[in-house]
Amino acid sequence: MTARIAAAALVAVLAGCASTAQRDPRDPFEPLNRGIYRFNDKVDVAIAQPVARTYRRAVPGEIRDRVRNFFGNIGDFFIGVNNFLQGKFEDGVSDWARVAFNTTVGLLGIHDVATDMGYEKHNEDFGQTFGRWGAGPGPYLVLPLLGSSDLRDGIGTGIDVYTDPLGEVRPYHLQYGLWAVRFTQLRADLLDASRILEEAALDKYVFQRDAYLQRRRSLVYDGHPPREKEPDEDKGADDDKDKKPR
Amino acid sequence: MTKIRSLASVALLGVLVGVAPVRAQEVSPDQLVKTVTLDVVDLIAKDKEIRAGNRAKLVELIDAKVLPHFNFNAMTALALGQSWNKATPEQKKRLTEEFRTLLVRTYASALAAYSEQKFDFRPLRAKPTDTDVTVQVRVLQPGTQPVPIDYSMEKTASGWKVYDVMVGGVSLVANYRTEFNNVVRESGIDGLVKNLNAKNRGGLEAPAAPAAKK
Repeated sequence: MTARIAAAALVAVLAGCASTAQRDPRDPFEPLNRGIYRFNDKVDVAIAQPVARTYRRAVPGEIRDRVRNFFGNIGDFFIGVNNFLQGKFEDGVSDWARVAFNTTVGLLGIHDVATDMGYEKHNEDFGQTFGRWGAGPGPYLVLPLLGSSDLRDGIGTGIDVYTDPLGEVRPYHLQYGLWAVRFTQLRADLLDASRILEEAALDKYVFQRDAYLQRRRSLVYDGHPPREKEPDEDKGADDDKDKKPR
Repeated sequence: MTKIRSLASVALLGVLVGVAPVRAQEVSPDQLVKTVTLDVVDLIAKDKEIRAGNRAKLVELIDAKVLPHFNFNAMTALALGQSWNKATPEQKKRLTEEFRTLLVRTYASALAAYSEQKFDFRPLRAKPTDTDVTVQVRVLQPGTQPVPIDYSMEKTASGWKVYDVMVGGVSLVANYRTEFNNVVRESGIDGLVKNLNAKNRGGLEAPAAPAAKK
């Protein structure tokens, strides 16, 4: 229901700029998305990347591992919730066992002792849960500052952030500081990936979009997505739609 | 300094020669992936120049060790999709060459980022008679979910060949399909060859400046 209202609002806002031909059917708002992408890229190059690089240079890997573990532990609680919501009870129990062991034996999560005990870390969020419940991705979206998303995952991210335990931290300046460290760590971990993207892509926007959509589809099915239609069929159908008038 | 360098290359050569005689046909696909992965990682760990950022040397190593196990013709055909059938033999050849160069560069970038992560080589789930298999490797890193790397491999007359790589559920070949088709639609197959060539000549060290999108 929420999804439908949000979708309607979004369509109303964006209808103005949906006219160019040869639009990818998965990305009806491409011009707007590209605009936001360029903006994000500027912010990334001007602020996020330099901060992340400095962080990686200044802070030893050993400590960065602790930081990553600390925030990973905070995330594990709701990863567990999402596994329960998807009916994967064994995984959910395992996630909560991770929280229990890492918070105590692992000293507030800075040591990932649970992995060594055989409780593997999972990757879940509300967007994936909606996907598991049958929601398609909807149109691809580039969110300001947050980057690649789609309608389903955008709503999911909203709930992820809303429910994040970090939001309970008071005083506020401590909470904001923790968010800042968390994003810095995240960006630092992605520095290599973004360099590879620069190297690999003819058109970074398209490459990143397609990778995002593939990645999310894979995650919804926990790495075992059902086989898609043959790419040629798929493409062929779309192309035909575009080409028929001629 | 030069002495160290030539020593290193002699050592490299020795290792290469030592490993080469394994007959490709006899090796199972999962064994092949494991051997090549561990070899390459080991060679990089031993090579001071590569670790200091000598990209040309890393590319050389990939050329020698990794490329023989890839079927670039199949990869390019898959990435092009329908457009492949419309290309002339000459265009196919040039496309394959350019795509190969691009993939090597990308692979070099990925390897340069390698820092002692551990690998988990999954047992192959396939029948001995299968000629098309997926070999699964997981890259383990503390504090994060393991990254799965799946190699799609096909049995050929000259041994098992990789025709697609999936990293974290993202198929490399599929990911190029939209990009390639966009360019082909706008400027034809020759346009794509030109585009790839320009990208590849953007210099090994410096990443190409983000292309202004018109």
